[in-house]
Amino acid sequence: MSNVQKYLTLSGLEPLIVRPDTNFVNVGERTNVTGSRRFLRLIENDDYDTALEIARDQVDGGAQILDVNMDEGMIDGVAAMTRFLNLIQSEPDIARIPIMIDSSKWEIIEAGLQVVQGKCVVNSISLKEGEDVFISQAKKIRRYGAAVIVMAFDENGQADSLDRRIEICKRSYDILVNDVHFPPQDIIFDPNIFPVATGMDEHKNNALDFFQATKWIRENLPHAHVSGGVSNVSFSFRGNNTVREAMHASFLYHGIKHGLTMGIVNPTMLEVYDEIPKELLERVEDVLLNRRDDATERLLDFAEQVKGNTKAKSKNDLAWREQELQTRITHALVKGIDQFVVEDVEEARLSVKAPIEVIENFLMNGMNVVGDLFGSGKMFLPQVVKSARVMKKAVAYLLPYIEAEKSGKPEAAGKILMATVKGDVHDIGKNIVSVVLGCNNYEIIDLGVMVPPERIIETALKEQVDAIGLSGLITPSLDEMVYLVKELNKSGHDIPVMIGGATTSRAHTAVKIAPQYDHTVVHVNDASRAVTVVGNLLQPQTKAKYKADIREEYDDFRARFQQRSDHKTYVALAEARAQRLQIDFITQPPITPNQLGIQHFDQDLEVLVDYIDWTPFFRSWDLHGRYPDILTDDVVGTEATQLFEDAKAMLQQIIDGKLLQAKAVFGLFEANSNGQDDIEVTHNNQAYYFRTLRQQLLKSKGKPYRALSDYIAPTASGIQDYMGCFCVSTGFGTAELAKDFEARNDDYNSIMVKALADRLAEAFAEYLHKQVRTTHWGYQPQESLTNEELIKESYSGIRPAPGYPACPDHLEKETIWELLDVNNRIGVELTESLAMWPAASVSGYYFAHPEASYFGLGKITKEQVQDYATRKNITIEKAIQWLQPNLKE
Amino acid sequence: MKTLKNLLSKRILVLDGAMGTMLQAYKFNEEDFRGKRFSNHKIPLAGNNDLLSITQPKAIYDVHAKYLEAGADIIETNTFSGTSIAMADYALEDYVTELNVASAKIARQAADDFTAKNPNKPRFVAGSIGPTNKTASMSPDVNDPGYRAVLFNELKDAYSEQALALIEGGVDILMVETVFDTLNAKAALFAIDEIKENQQLDIPVMVSGTITDASGRTLSGQTVEAFLISISHIDLLSVGFNCALGADQLKPYVQRLGQNTDQFISAHPNAGLPNAFGAYDQTPSEMCELIESYMSDKLVNIVGGCCGSTPEHIKLLAQAAAKYKPRPIFQHV
Repeated sequence: MSNVQKYLTLSGLEPLIVRPDTNFVNVGERTNVTGSRRFLRLIENDDYDTALEIARDQVDGGAQILDVNMDEGMIDGVAAMTRFLNLIQSEPDIARIPIMIDSSKWEIIEAGLQVVQGKCVVNSISLKEGEDVFISQAKKIRRYGAAVIVMAFDENGQADSLDRRIEICKRSYDILVNDVHFPPQDIIFDPNIFPVATGMDEHKNNALDFFQATKWIRENLPHAHVSGGVSNVSFSFRGNNTVREAMHASFLYHGIKHGLTMGIVNPTMLEVYDEIPKELLERVEDVLLNRRDDATERLLDFAEQVKGNTKAKSKNDLAWREQELQTRITHALVKGIDQFVVEDVEEARLSVKAPIEVIENFLMNGMNVVGDLFGSGKMFLPQVVKSARVMKKAVAYLLPYIEAEKSGKPEAAGKILMATVKGDVHDIGKNIVSVVLGCNNYEIIDLGVMVPPERIIETALKEQVDAIGLSGLITPSLDEMVYLVKELNKSGHDIPVMIGGATTSRAHTAVKIAPQYDHTVVHVNDASRAVTVVGNLLQPQTKAKYKADIREEYDDFRARFQQRSDHKTYVALAEARAQRLQIDFITQPPITPNQLGIQHFDQDLEVLVDYIDWTPFFRSWDLHGRYPDILTDDVVGTEATQLFEDAKAMLQQIIDGKLLQAKAVFGLFEANSNGQDDIEVTHNNQAYYFRTLRQQLLKSKGKPYRALSDYIAPTASGIQDYMGCFCVSTGFGTAELAKDFEARNDDYNSIMVKALADRLAEAFAEYLHKQVRTTHWGYQPQESLTNEELIKESYSGIRPAPGYPACPDHLEKETIWELLDVNNRIGVELTESLAMWPAASVSGYYFAHPEASYFGLGKITKEQVQDYATRKNITIEKAIQWLQPNLKE
Repeated sequence: MKTLKNLLSKRILVLDGAMGTMLQAYKFNEEDFRGKRFSNHKIPLAGNNDLLSITQPKAIYDVHAKYLEAGADIIETNTFSGTSIAMADYALEDYVTELNVASAKIARQAADDFTAKNPNKPRFVAGSIGPTNKTASMSPDVNDPGYRAVLFNELKDAYSEQALALIEGGVDILMVETVFDTLNAKAALFAIDEIKENQQLDIPVMVSGTITDASGRTLSGQTVEAFLISISHIDLLSVGFNCALGADQLKPYVQRLGQNTDQFISAHPNAGLPNAFGAYDQTPSEMCELIESYMSDKLVNIVGGCCGSTPEHIKLLAQAAAKYKPRPIFQHV
């Protein structure tokens, strides 16, 4: 007989053969940015070494397949997938098992398939976009030699009944086997695991439908397999791990009995089936198998009794008020409830000799609990900031008593200077770090934003601070930081410097900043790390070793970085220009705007609410995940929901009280490009020039080297083209409002106001862009897109902003300001680093051509910088200063 | 395809032996390698054996003829390094198509000449597709394990160019051989599968991997079974191993391969392991005795020789092969 059956076979360095007697294949799911906040942060922070450790833990923990997912808006998914998988190939203990390349984006899947020698599983494809796409993707997957997960999804949506599951799986199978000649044993169906016990009748059969679909597939679609994401089933019991773990175990038990072959399961969220208490198991299975009408109610009742933790407690539950004093204070701090804190602190004050003891004992005991919970990932940033609010309120109440006793302030653990550097106005992150450090008993001297270096150094020396924290969001701030540490070095002091903020990175800190300072410079990638870093820097016994370790780590990183950067190849500017993006302006001619010239106006805020993209809002609070999924996220869902409610309430206040003012200016102009990457714009018979920059990093044959000027018809074509620029701001009033809250010791709301103002500004930019497309320019008069489509930028045309990847050069803002007379028209100003003030502002260009798309400039050569300086008539030194982050090493 | 499959189910077919070892005997110097055609080429060309198909075509024909004379059923074209990636070392990327077409035509001519002499023993030409000198799964830089000197698409394009030229030159089979990095092989198979679809062509494909040492793994770290799984998505004529090991060291891996596949199995090991001077000194009868044990154990369908083997080795192999039945194959329904 034959040696080979039609078994699903996969491979890494070693084989994985799924035989009929293979019980269940478990897929490691922690190397997934959508499922693991920790993994996401590591990838975002370029910490691939630690990310690899997560992969290794999965393999050591018994994963038989490793799921890798890099689908996150802020990550270059193709690059991250390629790099991570390449690194895995160099780790034989990890590369041992097959990879599941998990993405909703085809280009990321294909990038993964191109770097793994073994036979992978693609997760996933479906009929969602029709048969043509499905067939073409399946064909390629077969040609790359991978198995495939097929979602039960078609042109009409996701399958949510047994019939639809069967219909779609059967249709997918027939196409794959008959038309694509896909080996049937390499097809794995994911017939959608949906939550049960949601309280809705139509969900009652969700688990049962899945089981029956699984059984049907195994019986009717020869050799095909079934997989699924198990934790979905228990969504309704978020916060109650006892019930969830029992549900997962029981679901798997029945799933496997029905023929489930593999699944994505978090092993820490799984009870042993036999160890589920009998009563709980019965109720869980009543729900899963839809055995009785009141199954959901009965499980809910039971769930109340077995509640695994207290998260789900209602706000009005005041049982904790019955506890003893310390427990109440700790509870108030952990939960961020300030309602009773004054009363409790007063009781505490009466119980001790000196009021200072209330802080040193009661409050610090509570804050230590907060610190521990935060450190171990059981509390999240918004909660900690709320704890700080309670703490501040308590301390504020005690201060008069302390002063009256002249017992002095409690001794702080250390003194930290915090500042946003010169020219930069962004301070949300810095404020969060200040609050978190404040909670941990550090004294914070916050110099605010746009702080000149001399003042930072002078204050640091005068106040004898233990560390300096520098923050910045825009690219010129990076140079400011370099300058500052140089100066600090000259002064001969050895104060450790911490670097943070959105544009900063470990790479930049290690390569550019650290070499300028004889003492310690450390990059702090997010607020939650700040406490640990400061603790390490100040801890007398171990700080010397910590500092030496940091230096060694950065020296090592720098050495590796410099080697790495040698590998890239750049093409000469002339060659890049010759291979520009060639748009056919004849068949797709420019559309003349309805209204040329400049307009400005004030905007009612309410209209903007619908245009808010909430995902970055959560990110600014260190909560990672996509809105609205984040609200139901396993890990951060509860906190995200709370934060979202607070945000909506604040937003309503702002709108009702007209607390912020929104203003906009924009203009649409005649424009043509000149073949030298310039765009010439005419306004009132005067010419203005935008100097754009062109990609130079070597590309594969036939791919264009883009510059924004490619999107505008050249003068030589004789075709009149157009472009626009704009500036919007919703920041007027933010600073005052935030100060108000700060004066009331309410950092939480102070940060909230700024975060919301930022979101409103982005929403305003989105809204104005739509008005321009449909009305003022009018090149897309018929457009009707949902907010979600807007956020995904499904529309035609782009609005790149100076300082962002397509045009990283901030200098061009000066031209926008001159052309639109922004200062006089709406009052938004540019700082010396060309940041906008107020901070909640957005400016940029409009390009209308349907072929205009966003791109990243990447690194460019000195040749182009010289060319740019000549075109712009500035010195090469000035050009280098501004383009430094994009200049090839 | 059909003829070959029929033949393979009836008898063990014999591949030729080493090309390089045979060419060394000619002691070609720099001038011989260049010929008139490349007399002004900017960098040295000595050692570029593939180039000899253009500059010394007679020698190449003669080597093929010697192996055919010895009884080889399948001869391999002189194109082991015939990709733009491998030829970049000699700045000959622009000649890749010409080199492959020329090599294929010489082998075709030799095979056809011998088939004409004895139509009962048809001879076949396998277009040799080597691994290139770069690896897609491994970094050449120990300090930067994520770095790759060559990308999948670059390999795919290079292999596509070579395979098209081999087909144009008239080969019967494409042979992706000496696979030390499975990802390189997958790029080659991807390119070939595309060509087969675009040209509606049913050309048989052989894959032959290389187990580098006693660890029993390919250079890129895969076990025999993992290697097999990773290349089985393409319809293959045969799968097997060649190079790096002698017949005795290679045998257990050929055995393991056979236990896991229904494909025809090929093996063309080296003539033993190289001695201290890099030469192979396993005699024809020693090598043949070892490979004969493959045949008596019913492990193989195609046998031949790699580094160090000569027409004398192949002659003995062909005589032995005639005595044994091939490894039986069970086609699944």
